[in-house]
Amino acid sequence: MYKFFEPNKIFSITSRAPKYVLILFVIVLTIGLIESLILSPEDYKQGHSVRIMYVHVPAAWTTLGIFSTITLLSIFGYIFKLKNFFLISKSLAPSGFIFNLIALVTGSLWGKPTWGTWWAWDARITSMLILALFYLIYLLAWRIYENKEQVYKITSIITIFGIINVPIIKYSVDWWNTLHQPASINILSKSSIHSSMLFPLIIMTAAFALFSLLIFLMKYNTELIKIKNKGLDRL
Amino acid sequence: MYGRKVKLRFFFIVLILTILALSIYLVLKSLEENVVYFQSPSEIKNIAEFKETKIRIGGMVKKDSVSINMNEINFIITDFKNEINVIYSGAVPNLFEEGKGVVAEGFLKDRNFFMASKILAKHDENYMPPEVKAALEEK
Repeated sequence: MYKFFEPNKIFSITSRAPKYVLILFVIVLTIGLIESLILSPEDYKQGHSVRIMYVHVPAAWTTLGIFSTITLLSIFGYIFKLKNFFLISKSLAPSGFIFNLIALVTGSLWGKPTWGTWWAWDARITSMLILALFYLIYLLAWRIYENKEQVYKITSIITIFGIINVPIIKYSVDWWNTLHQPASINILSKSSIHSSMLFPLIIMTAAFALFSLLIFLMKYNTELIKIKNKGLDRL
Repeated sequence: MYGRKVKLRFFFIVLILTILALSIYLVLKSLEENVVYFQSPSEIKNIAEFKETKIRIGGMVKKDSVSINMNEINFIITDFKNEINVIYSGAVPNLFEEGKGVVAEGFLKDRNFFMASKILAKHDENYMPPEVKAALEEK
């Protein structure tokens, strides 16, 4: 098992991957943007402002997905003492934070023409802001603590506290009265979003996921180079 | 298969997560009044005491209830059980429409009258092109 975690072996794969991921990202993003900005229809009620959804929703999904992944990796890393998992988490966090901010900003831009306000302290929006704060503390912890053992523990604790917020974000619109509308996409029942609008949404989500992967690979390679420079052959 | 320490750490994490989830649940439960963004007309009818503070009422704009005179707009917010009259002067958001969701922020005058200082449109989770909407309405 430890053979697999040799930095040199991992690096030989991850150093070549960004090139291909970048090409794939550009292709998927181009299709996604053409679909969402030109080919998709306008909404019967919101008109063209519905197009903000194609950035807002994928960004929110990506940031939630990344935070969940970071938490899982941190918990497994803590239980099985796998240092590599912490490095993967650390490299994933920046893109998760950025997509969180994008979701908040685009939500605000979308809120003005539809609801009539830039910001509302409703449960969904507030819990999303709290997630951004958790990302911020998480990233700060990596910068502040020098001692590796210490930083692994502290970042794990931050993710465990933060993960409680994730189901709250998901179900906030069902549990309480919120200004934010409930989820349109349901795995178990029929979605309340028309297929011509669902398709660009999925393509854009794929594009954002690929972008996160690209940034992750770049960050992760930096971490591996740092380890190699220190002359350590094992993570 | 795994060492004793691994098992210990696993149960430690499970315990922490359970306790955290439980405490957050209790906190949110006790703060429910503050977590909700608005109250429904039925909830307003049932409140025991009137407070002079700003509140939000949400529901549907009743069909054929909107009337505009001078620079004032009157309409009825309904949750299909109870209704409340709203008076407001100012601009309403684009999505404000009869039969659609609305949230009004302002002060209660009595159980039936609400002076709004701000109107927000609450839209639903349905997204579709205009042609599909037209086809649905024909059915």
